Amino acid sequence: MATAAAHRAGTLTHGAADTTGDTDTQQRAFDAAVAADERIEPRDWMPEGYRATLVRQIAQHAHSEIIGMQPEANWITRAPSLRRKAILMAKVQDEAGHGLYLYSAAETLGVSREELLDKLHSGRQKYSSIFNYPTLTWADVGAIGWLVDGAAITNQVPLCRCSYGPYARAMVRICKEESFHQRQGYELLMTLSHGTPEQHAMAQDAVDRWWWPSLMMFGPPDDASQHSAQSMAWKIKRHSNDELRQRFVDICVPQAESLGLTLPDPHLRWNEERGHYDFGPIDWDEFWQVIKGNGPCNEQRLNQRRRAHEEGAWVREAAAAYAAKHGTHPEGGPTDDPTAAVGGSTEGEQA
Amino acid sequence: MTATVPTTAALALGDDALVLSHRLAEWTGHAPVLEEEVALVNIALDLLGQARFLLSMAGDEDELAYLREERAFTNLQLVEQPNGDFAHTIARQLYFSAYQHLLYGQLADGDGPFAPLAIKAVHEVAYHRDHAEQWTLRLGDGTDVSHERMQRACEALWRFTGEMFQPVEGLDVDWAALEATWLDTVGDVLRRATLTLPEGPRRGAWSAGAGRQGLHTEPFGRMLAEMQHLHRSHPGASW
Repeated sequence: MATAAAHRAGTLTHGAADTTGDTDTQQRAFDAAVAADERIEPRDWMPEGYRATLVRQIAQHAHSEIIGMQPEANWITRAPSLRRKAILMAKVQDEAGHGLYLYSAAETLGVSREELLDKLHSGRQKYSSIFNYPTLTWADVGAIGWLVDGAAITNQVPLCRCSYGPYARAMVRICKEESFHQRQGYELLMTLSHGTPEQHAMAQDAVDRWWWPSLMMFGPPDDASQHSAQSMAWKIKRHSNDELRQRFVDICVPQAESLGLTLPDPHLRWNEERGHYDFGPIDWDEFWQVIKGNGPCNEQRLNQRRRAHEEGAWVREAAAAYAAKHGTHPEGGPTDDPTAAVGGSTEGEQA
Repeated sequence: MTATVPTTAALALGDDALVLSHRLAEWTGHAPVLEEEVALVNIALDLLGQARFLLSMAGDEDELAYLREERAFTNLQLVEQPNGDFAHTIARQLYFSAYQHLLYGQLADGDGPFAPLAIKAVHEVAYHRDHAEQWTLRLGDGTDVSHERMQRACEALWRFTGEMFQPVEGLDVDWAALEATWLDTVGDVLRRATLTLPEGPRRGAWSAGAGRQGLHTEPFGRMLAEMQHLHRSHPGASW
């Protein structure tokens, strides 16, 4: 944030704190930086609400990455060719990598990964509801790549210009990897769609089940979205939920045609006047039910996450004890390999 | 070099890599810490890459992986053992990676048909071995609980380590030297981890060399059933 030396000077107070300097001056400098499209960095002064919003959003995004590993990992051991198996494993590994750098981005705001994981495990922080749907067939792996990662990209590309520097930079890398995943999902569905009749039916069934939940990934309609206005003023968010949803529909319709698959919406048609596709009403009852915990897999996903964490406690304790004895980093030497990359929207649902 | 491909050896080494890769991938979403989600699947991916190369030397990789019956697989029994707790996974990895590192080292130094693969893979395997060693040290010399679990895991898998050194047809390897170096290497890691080298037999009456002859342990059949089910359900389909 180059503007203002004024902004930075005397304000090295780590985000929330405003114990030094004059808060009005700091607020004005912050507002000016945001207005000028400059990046806010971890050591800059920022309003508490801005910091809290970012922590919530980045944490939810990180949680989505690690919970999002589950529905896809469900098919790793059954992947029908070694090539597909390698692609899927690399993708899920990317998701773990995304989780790692998003938790790191959150840590720049003064929270620890441990703290955020506790909040996930106790249900005080959310993850993207899309992952509360089950992966019932192999084609679901393709549908997640095409639709879920596609929706995530639509949500996340604008986040590369988010006003908070560490989040924006993490998103640049994540978006590159996501678009790779999306192409892989599309290619998987293309192969199935042009395969045997059974494979084609499997692909169609998966798209039928994932289409509407994917549209819900953009969050509630603009008139029912709690946090949108403030987030847009802070330039954390750049487009409204409905704008992004429309953009996604407009991209998907021709892609579905190329795939030789249909989208399960009888209202879908090109509207010459608007220059967009019209689409049918979304079942917001279902959306709120899943958010509240009543989706098909909420309990299963959270239980698996908690169990992995609890069953791994003795391993983390051993690493910490060893580090204390030998003066090494507690995570152990062997682990650093953020070979990155996946998917999961977050912006929409929480905004 | 146009010598015929040593199919027996390609399958033995390929099956080792394929099966251990599958077992490691089963950890996805269950690892004790996020860094290990990345590391374990990274090792699994390296092994899968090796498996695809090796199986392709012997035939069609998917036919070999998905359409053979249990008795036709010639992987070591060690690699098919279920994951157990994290200590069992690490002990299995330490034993196998130390072996594979030495084996690929010898193959990389030769001029046989496996040299090109070994030259590349030996670097990956060095990382796998280091990963297993670092965790063995932390679990062995961590807390009382982790020490006990790691010791138990080392004991439990010990009886599967003898068959690693049974000569494989088509591999020009000094097996006796390999075994001696392996014992030194593993012994050194366990000692530094404050663990005791297991004393039990490394060659049971029945288990010695059994995997290489297509004799496996019961959990392996269920692993294959899961791995092969979808592919076999759609004969002739492309994926």
